[in-house]
Amino acid sequence: MTGSLSLTSAEARFAAGAKAPVAPSGSTQSNRLDTGGLIDRAAPLNFTFDGKAMTGFAGDTLASALVANGVRLVGRSFKYHRPRGILTAGSEEPNALVELRSGARREPNTKATTAELYQGLEALSQNRWPSLRYDVMSVNQLLSPIFVAGFYYKTFMWPAKFWEMIYEPAIRRAAGLGRSSGLADPDHYDKAWAHCDVLVVGSGPTGVSAALAAGRAGARVILAEEDSRAGGRLLSDGGEIGGMSSREWLANALAELSSLSNVRVMTRTAVFGVYDGGTYGALERVNDHVATPPEHEVRQRLWRIVAKRCVVAAGAIERPIVFSGNDRPGVMMASAVRTYIERFAALPGKRVALFTNNSDGWRTVEAALRAGVEISAVIDSRPGIPEELRAMAEVSGFRVFNGVVHDVRGGASGISRISVAQAKGTTVEIAADTLAMSGGWNPSVGLASHHRGRPTWRDDIAAFVPGECPPGMVVAGAANGDFSLGACLRAGHAAGIAAAAESGRTQKAGSPAAASDEALSITPLWHVEGKHKAFVDFQHDVTASDIALAQREGFESVEHLKRYTTLGMATDQGRNSNVTGLAIMAEVSGRTIPQTGTTIYRPPQVPVAIGALAGHHRDENFHSTRLTPSHRWAAERGATFVDTGLWKRAQWYPLPGEKDWLTSVDREVLTVRNGVGFCDVSTLGKIDVMGPDAGAFLDRVYINAFSSLGVGKARYGLMLREDGIVMDDGTTSRLAEDHYFLTTTTAKAGPVMQYLEYCRQVLWPELDVQLTSCTDQWAQFSIAGPKTRDLLREIVEPSEDLSNEGFPFMAVREVKLRGGVVARLFRISFSGEMAFEISVPARFGDALARNLMIAGKQFGVIPYGTEALGVMRIEKGHVAGPELNGTTTAGDLGLGKMASKKKDFVGRVLAAREGLVDPNRQVVVGLKPVDKARRLRSGAHTIPKGARPSPETDQGYVTSVCHSPMLGQWIGLGLVERGRERYGEIVRAHDPLRGEDYDVEICNPVFYDPEGGRQRG
Amino acid sequence: MRIACPFCGERENGEFTYLGDAKPQRPAMVALEVAGGAAGEAEAFYDYVYLRDNVAGEMDEYWYHGGGCRSWLRLTRNTATHEITSVEAAPGTGASSSPASTAGTIS
Repeated sequence: MTGSLSLTSAEARFAAGAKAPVAPSGSTQSNRLDTGGLIDRAAPLNFTFDGKAMTGFAGDTLASALVANGVRLVGRSFKYHRPRGILTAGSEEPNALVELRSGARREPNTKATTAELYQGLEALSQNRWPSLRYDVMSVNQLLSPIFVAGFYYKTFMWPAKFWEMIYEPAIRRAAGLGRSSGLADPDHYDKAWAHCDVLVVGSGPTGVSAALAAGRAGARVILAEEDSRAGGRLLSDGGEIGGMSSREWLANALAELSSLSNVRVMTRTAVFGVYDGGTYGALERVNDHVATPPEHEVRQRLWRIVAKRCVVAAGAIERPIVFSGNDRPGVMMASAVRTYIERFAALPGKRVALFTNNSDGWRTVEAALRAGVEISAVIDSRPGIPEELRAMAEVSGFRVFNGVVHDVRGGASGISRISVAQAKGTTVEIAADTLAMSGGWNPSVGLASHHRGRPTWRDDIAAFVPGECPPGMVVAGAANGDFSLGACLRAGHAAGIAAAAESGRTQKAGSPAAASDEALSITPLWHVEGKHKAFVDFQHDVTASDIALAQREGFESVEHLKRYTTLGMATDQGRNSNVTGLAIMAEVSGRTIPQTGTTIYRPPQVPVAIGALAGHHRDENFHSTRLTPSHRWAAERGATFVDTGLWKRAQWYPLPGEKDWLTSVDREVLTVRNGVGFCDVSTLGKIDVMGPDAGAFLDRVYINAFSSLGVGKARYGLMLREDGIVMDDGTTSRLAEDHYFLTTTTAKAGPVMQYLEYCRQVLWPELDVQLTSCTDQWAQFSIAGPKTRDLLREIVEPSEDLSNEGFPFMAVREVKLRGGVVARLFRISFSGEMAFEISVPARFGDALARNLMIAGKQFGVIPYGTEALGVMRIEKGHVAGPELNGTTTAGDLGLGKMASKKKDFVGRVLAAREGLVDPNRQVVVGLKPVDKARRLRSGAHTIPKGARPSPETDQGYVTSVCHSPMLGQWIGLGLVERGRERYGEIVRAHDPLRGEDYDVEICNPVFYDPEGGRQRG
Repeated sequence: MRIACPFCGERENGEFTYLGDAKPQRPAMVALEVAGGAAGEAEAFYDYVYLRDNVAGEMDEYWYHGGGCRSWLRLTRNTATHEITSVEAAPGTGASSSPASTAGTIS
């Protein structure tokens, strides 16, 4: 609210401004002025509201177009289903919420006041059935005695199970706002970063002034404006700046801003949150103003703006006065009435009355008179109405009453009469179709309070102003309680210069533009006692009497008041209602407003769609996808893939005619165990550990020794967490005196790297060792089965000795492949078969897979997937992720003997704790169903035979299962109390989740080739 | 939140991983010939692993710049305001030079 209230020239302007509304031919716009406004009459637009065809102009919002079309009833309230009209002209609108668009793009709870009109726009009113005019649920009004504050808590308490089954579904059906489409959002959303010296929030007189000053001073400036058009209240309030009309000044200022290469003006961009370190969240509505975004363009963009300084010039929001019937269609904020007239050339009504407690409200009268609207009366509650205002009334010929509105009458299509209780005691009835109300202005303190700074109360303007702001932020202009145009321009200028200087930009910025300093002259009036419902929170139907009831029932604290009555919890987040609600609570509880306090402000300041927060991170792009070097080749072969973390791994390779996955997996296992197969294991984490102290370093992080490992040898290693629990395992090889090649499990590759870096940098910087992740640099394949050597001999140079003597078990060395590529060969086995792992630079991975198939054709080679890999490791009793589950010790896994007694290592001390060496612990065992035809399921609990299943009799659980083609039955691994002493014992596998209970035998976890001869052969 | 990495410059916190309190120091590695470890080491490790102050205010913390230079950093951050007053590379601050019997406890 800025602009001049210069009354000296008022008379002349009123005389000159008389323009009667005329509906252009073919237009439905009965309430549109034929001149004026920031709309393009050459660009008519068709739209529908509740299926009815209407027209508007480019530059309209849906709300202004509805006003121009004479639409007054736009929605039904949440609880009582009362008829509601448009209340505001901004993003704080509580009433005019619509479902915008149709099909998959249908968006509920869209504010008509911020939705820009476009050709073909479709909007539906909400919260009514069967139609807006005849709404069945408005019967709730008759039941209003039970729908008081806290009615959910009081009414739907008993019997308890009725809540879920009956009450909640019924309430949800009755109370819901708009409907979401239920379909996937077809549009794209983007996320972006921006950096600047000075972020200016809001482009009213303060914001433009601040951006100009900071921009002239040389700062990199972003000016963010949520509206489609920069200017703020300058677009609606008239007035003069620097001897010209405020609109002309604005045009010049915006032209200068766009000429400055260091200034970026972002319209349709709402700053919604203040985060740490000068980071601001902003939502740019890139293509909300068109029916569908153009191809390759996004609908909305989420900005994270990093600013050294921020000037909040977010203005203020006019607040309603609480009186009987203040929610009737036709009662509108005074500033909104002005906006519709001045900016949109649309008349909210033909006979306008004003109810105000301050001088600013009178500017609506000026605007209405200029537009040729009849003023039926002004009701001013202040004891001393300024003389110049009374003089204006006299000149223009309307009545002024000192008093209050205590009731309004009229149906769903709007008000018709207003009852005024005069201060002198008599009552007057006034005919009017529109009542503009102004209860004063609330500075927008939201952003300034996002770091929990509490707003402070100012008696002179009867409003809260920002208290302690987040670091780097200043608030200026109306948002800081400076309501006059002149003060806004000066404050913005000063804030802009200071912010620029604090970010090191100090060029000359000139002086601020001059304008008048009119006074608000408010005498607070919050609530007028009356016979009927008087609304504080329009959208949630919170009335003055609800607040009084909350106080009587002990919910006096503002946080309790909010939750008990739902005051301020609607989509406007209390921007229209909170301060008024507090004031009424202060009144009924006999405290001052500052004593009553405020609730905490949190982001987002305006609603942000989940789609915008997600950006491109949805569906297959929810996270990044990592592909193995042989992925393309595996896909060509028709492999089924499984997600393991970010990786896609081949799970099995079905052959034509195989009826299910089990057939394929059994075949793969049998082929490997009887012939040869290979599997891409590149997903294992790989880390080069280099330096003179590499061995000493590994000795500290592994429980077993690595400094004693010979060059050209590999060793299985186990790492503990500091608390003694197993962290990870893997095979680590010594490639040179000062070079180890460490592998991790696929899942722990990142965490282990991070942990090792912690050890190296934070714990033991004295060790001369370096770590490099090389997971992505090497393609690694496991080649397994009795014919492995035959296959390898086909691809390595003939001079390479692969015999058991020349390349023994656990040996490692470089070999030359035919064609010249140098590969690393590791004689290690996870499958229990004679096996090697071969690694080549990742770019050769695809070729290696293809060549293994060609070279191995004569041996019947097959690729195998992660399922067959898993089957073979369970058959061998090798532990993996399900056993390394964050609860198991080395002893539990049967690996306790690996722990070195000659050197210290991480986890040694706490692994020796009583509880971790308890002989009753659950340890890894093998499990197999007594009924060989039975399928074993992981997750089943082991219970002694004859015991009743309970936490007391629970002795463990099944961790990993598979169908073993070698044993011809399902087998598994499990963790069972004292399991190693109980081989041969029959226990029950109890599986309440699947309703199963069957006998299983505890056995040695090494089901296949327990002597290990095959892998050493 | 933004962290000024001494190697990479100011970066947003999504590039970093939080570890926690930087005050506890790991007791030094010991030679196991000393009868299986140092006296009192179980208590010292218990303190090191589990005991933490619940600081409302300035706290020294470890952060890992995994999305950048892979450095472990030691920050002084106010847990109530998120204000960061110092960032430095962390080498050598996490382990005591003394064995468990004399180090690792939190004052």
